[in-house]
Amino acid sequence: MPQSAEHVLDHFDLFRGPEYQQMLANKKKMFENPRDPAEVERVREWAKTPEYREKNFAREALTVNPAKACQPLGAVFAAVGFEQTIPFVHGSQGCVAYYRSHLSRHFKEPSSCVSSSMTEDAAVFGGLNNMIDGLANTYNMYKPKMIAVSTTCMAEVIGDDLNAFIKTSKEKGSVPAEYDVPFAHTPAFVGSHVTGYDNALKGIIEHFWDGKAGTTAKLERKPNDKINFIGGFDGYTVGNMREVKRIFGLMGIDYTILADNSEVFDTPTDGEFRMYDGGTTLEEAADAINAKATISMQEYCTEKTLPLIAAHGQEVAAFNHPIGVSATDKFLMTLSRITGKPIPEELARERGRLVDAVADSSAHIHGKKFAIYGDPDLCLGLAGFLLELGAEPTHVLATNGGKAWAAKVQALFDSSPFGQNCHVYAGKDLWHMRSLLFTEPVDFLIGNTYGKYLERDTGTPLIRIGFPIFDRHHHHRYPVWGYQGGLNVLVWVLDRIFESIDATTNVPAKSDYSFDIIR
Amino acid sequence: MSVSPTLSVAEIKDRNKALIEEVLKVYPEKTAKRRAKHLNVHQEGKPDCGVKSNIKSIPGVMTIRGCAYAGSKGVVWGPIKDMIHISHGPVGCGQYSWAARRNYYIGTTGIDTFVTMQFTSDFQEKDIVFGGDKKLAKIMDEIQELFPLNNGITVQSECPIGLIGDDIEAVSKAKSKEYDGKTIVPVRCEGFRGVSQSLGHHIANDAIRDWVFDKIAPDAAPRFEPTPYDVAIIGDYNIGGDAWSSRILLEEMGLRVIAQWSGDGSLAELEATPKAKLNVLHCYRSMNYISRHMEEKYGIPWCEYNFFGPSKIAESLRKIASYFDDKIKEGAEQVIAKYQPLMDAVIAKYRPRLEGKTVMLFVGGLRPRHVIGAYEDLGMEVVGTGYEFGHNDDYQRTAQHYVKDGTLIYDDVTGYEFEKFVEKIQPDLVGSGIKEKYVFQKMGVPFRQMHSWDYSGPYHGYDGFAIFARDMDMAINSPVWKMTKAPWKTEELPLLQAAE
Repeated sequence: MPQSAEHVLDHFDLFRGPEYQQMLANKKKMFENPRDPAEVERVREWAKTPEYREKNFAREALTVNPAKACQPLGAVFAAVGFEQTIPFVHGSQGCVAYYRSHLSRHFKEPSSCVSSSMTEDAAVFGGLNNMIDGLANTYNMYKPKMIAVSTTCMAEVIGDDLNAFIKTSKEKGSVPAEYDVPFAHTPAFVGSHVTGYDNALKGIIEHFWDGKAGTTAKLERKPNDKINFIGGFDGYTVGNMREVKRIFGLMGIDYTILADNSEVFDTPTDGEFRMYDGGTTLEEAADAINAKATISMQEYCTEKTLPLIAAHGQEVAAFNHPIGVSATDKFLMTLSRITGKPIPEELARERGRLVDAVADSSAHIHGKKFAIYGDPDLCLGLAGFLLELGAEPTHVLATNGGKAWAAKVQALFDSSPFGQNCHVYAGKDLWHMRSLLFTEPVDFLIGNTYGKYLERDTGTPLIRIGFPIFDRHHHHRYPVWGYQGGLNVLVWVLDRIFESIDATTNVPAKSDYSFDIIR
Repeated sequence: MSVSPTLSVAEIKDRNKALIEEVLKVYPEKTAKRRAKHLNVHQEGKPDCGVKSNIKSIPGVMTIRGCAYAGSKGVVWGPIKDMIHISHGPVGCGQYSWAARRNYYIGTTGIDTFVTMQFTSDFQEKDIVFGGDKKLAKIMDEIQELFPLNNGITVQSECPIGLIGDDIEAVSKAKSKEYDGKTIVPVRCEGFRGVSQSLGHHIANDAIRDWVFDKIAPDAAPRFEPTPYDVAIIGDYNIGGDAWSSRILLEEMGLRVIAQWSGDGSLAELEATPKAKLNVLHCYRSMNYISRHMEEKYGIPWCEYNFFGPSKIAESLRKIASYFDDKIKEGAEQVIAKYQPLMDAVIAKYRPRLEGKTVMLFVGGLRPRHVIGAYEDLGMEVVGTGYEFGHNDDYQRTAQHYVKDGTLIYDDVTGYEFEKFVEKIQPDLVGSGIKEKYVFQKMGVPFRQMHSWDYSGPYHGYDGFAIFARDMDMAINSPVWKMTKAPWKTEELPLLQAAE
């Protein structure tokens, strides 16, 4: 019996003991009707081959291990970026349980969101009554300042009309007539979570700017000098938003962050549960129409939102999750151009420090090959940074990337000598990536937590950058934007490189000669 | 921190009743009336807990429940390791449930084993408009080509499937025929069906009956020689290895476990189960259906057991042994005796640190009652409990065998109710799920996830109890809870505060 009160063995040690190993071997042999081990080995090897890759890439219907989620997740993420706002997802309730779990597992924070709990009868008759009751309950229980409605695929398939339902709910007294209930249709069978972010944010902005679904006059834009800032769906929202605010502060820019969820996903443990914290105030959301310009850090998270804003007369500028020196330069210079505020010396010093760090370390990164997967904008940001480090982003893959994105990544490759042997994969999944890593190996893989299966299967060391990150803690509290953020990414990449070198040079009298104390 | 030990049972009952009245005030009248039926104070001697259950959640109240898909794919079918489970519909459901439940298994993932993978038909608008049957058929072909060692396929329906009128049964039958009778199981577990995960369990159980049991050729030769001691573990999902730390005890007492349902399970094990002499059922809620079916059709008796904590484990081992001869009965006694020193040592170490501590639970399946004995073995007291998706038979079992007089009972609790209850009762520990974890930790309340074992486990069996005790101690006696208040903030605040 290996277990003891003195040294309690967890699952990882307990099951390695001979008692359990014998038991599991017997189970397999006697009862599992296992495949012939030689056959398993043959298929395992075959799955590494170019032949398998060809079949794998010929897939037309099956998706295996995708790197994307569905629209409502993004809608929920955007909605909680507004002051005292509850996301209300119209449709089946299980979806909401999933979004809340998913966000909580990444941020290690509470995630508050309600559902209209539609079931079979609502599938037949529509979910109007669920909306009427649901809005009334949410309003009474949680006293939100705003309820932001989105939909699951169930409500979309049966064709529930949010605008009409909300109007009827107000007539029935669920919430006061003037109460803010912006909405967005977010079908899970269109786009991904970044689309849902876009739709939800657009819905909220449209609500405040364009007459609250026909209930008030549209706002008239009275231009001021403020800048609106949109972060997009971003696993690093906590660290990034704070960094951006600091940069705006240093530059003396008057700004409004639209959908600022950096506080609600990073509340203190001090004895009080804050269901709401921080967020864009509703007044700011309305006043944002008057801003001089709106900046989106993620083009593919704001494909509909930015045109709406532009149509109201603002300048808009979109970036692709800018990471590193030149992407941050471009971001700051755009800010400076739009606002007329100079980039302060302090930021120039920070830039210099990042360049200094790159100069110190680039020898360890130069020429290394990377595979990257993630959301479209993050892939572009990371690939751009790797190119300026002299690394090769050999495989860049976004399950939720489209043709335009692929063209943009290709243009990025074409802009650098280090991009010449790099390839972009739009709409592919992590099983495709597995074939890529076997047939065209790289030195490192950058991706979210699910990349650990690729690391295990292919031996490619994983650098965890992306969403979701479930199995490492607190990285979302660090920025990846700004020069400071670039430094963080540089350090994460370097740490993994050094760990990898140490781990492959540590056999005494065999491979110990490269086990250097100074690197 | 706990306040209840200083109160008499009558005072606790009065307080709990007042608390229920108080939380109901927040709701609109209609909702208050509906929720009132789900909240109660347990009265000793009553046959159940006096709450309504297994009825629709109320829109907009932040229920903790999931859906039928979660019950089928996430719970029952997902852990069957040598089959490929297609999340059929849009991408999200499979994505959010991907490898999230810690169903441990041994196998070569991606080659002959597929549990921690996400197979999805990733529905697009055209699939909704034109139907997804052709795509499904093609998916099965692609699975056959790329994953040739899979032993079967299940189709886990997401909401749209039932709404757009797809005929997944026809596709499954046709493809099964094409692939020489391959096991292909269509499961109608669309998320809008029923009121919670629970119907998904039932649908998944029925699918095993219809598409696995009923397809077994009656004259097929058994894969192994039966013995009088063959049992199947039913309703253990091997979370953190639970089924393994249970199996070892059954084998040590002389039984032979021929199947695990469904943690670390395989299609062959499902198919072999009608040969069992006894089905031992841990999670009654999710797998009583198939147990009853096997009793009716194959005459296999089933026996509920509880492997949380030494008291219930010993009771259960003896109960299971009672179905067998003296050899097994003696075996059970030997197992109990073998582990007694370990249990004594665990309790000697942890009970002094946990004695008198109070716990509030809100979980799914069997746990709202099954873990109570384990806490009591450590000298702790469960002062409130409730089921995410229980039925009245769960509350009967809870009332008759587990909870104490005056325990606060909350069925399908809402986020608001749970926070208020905890704020007022101030337990020393809350055991619930990931959605609740951080809420209570912010409030300064020690917390353990009691679905995933908070990434620890196993908690079943004697080996698991040592881990359980260690974890509860680690949660409650962590130094972090003494630091939640800044020392310079001296004003008196309530110990715990829910969101207003």
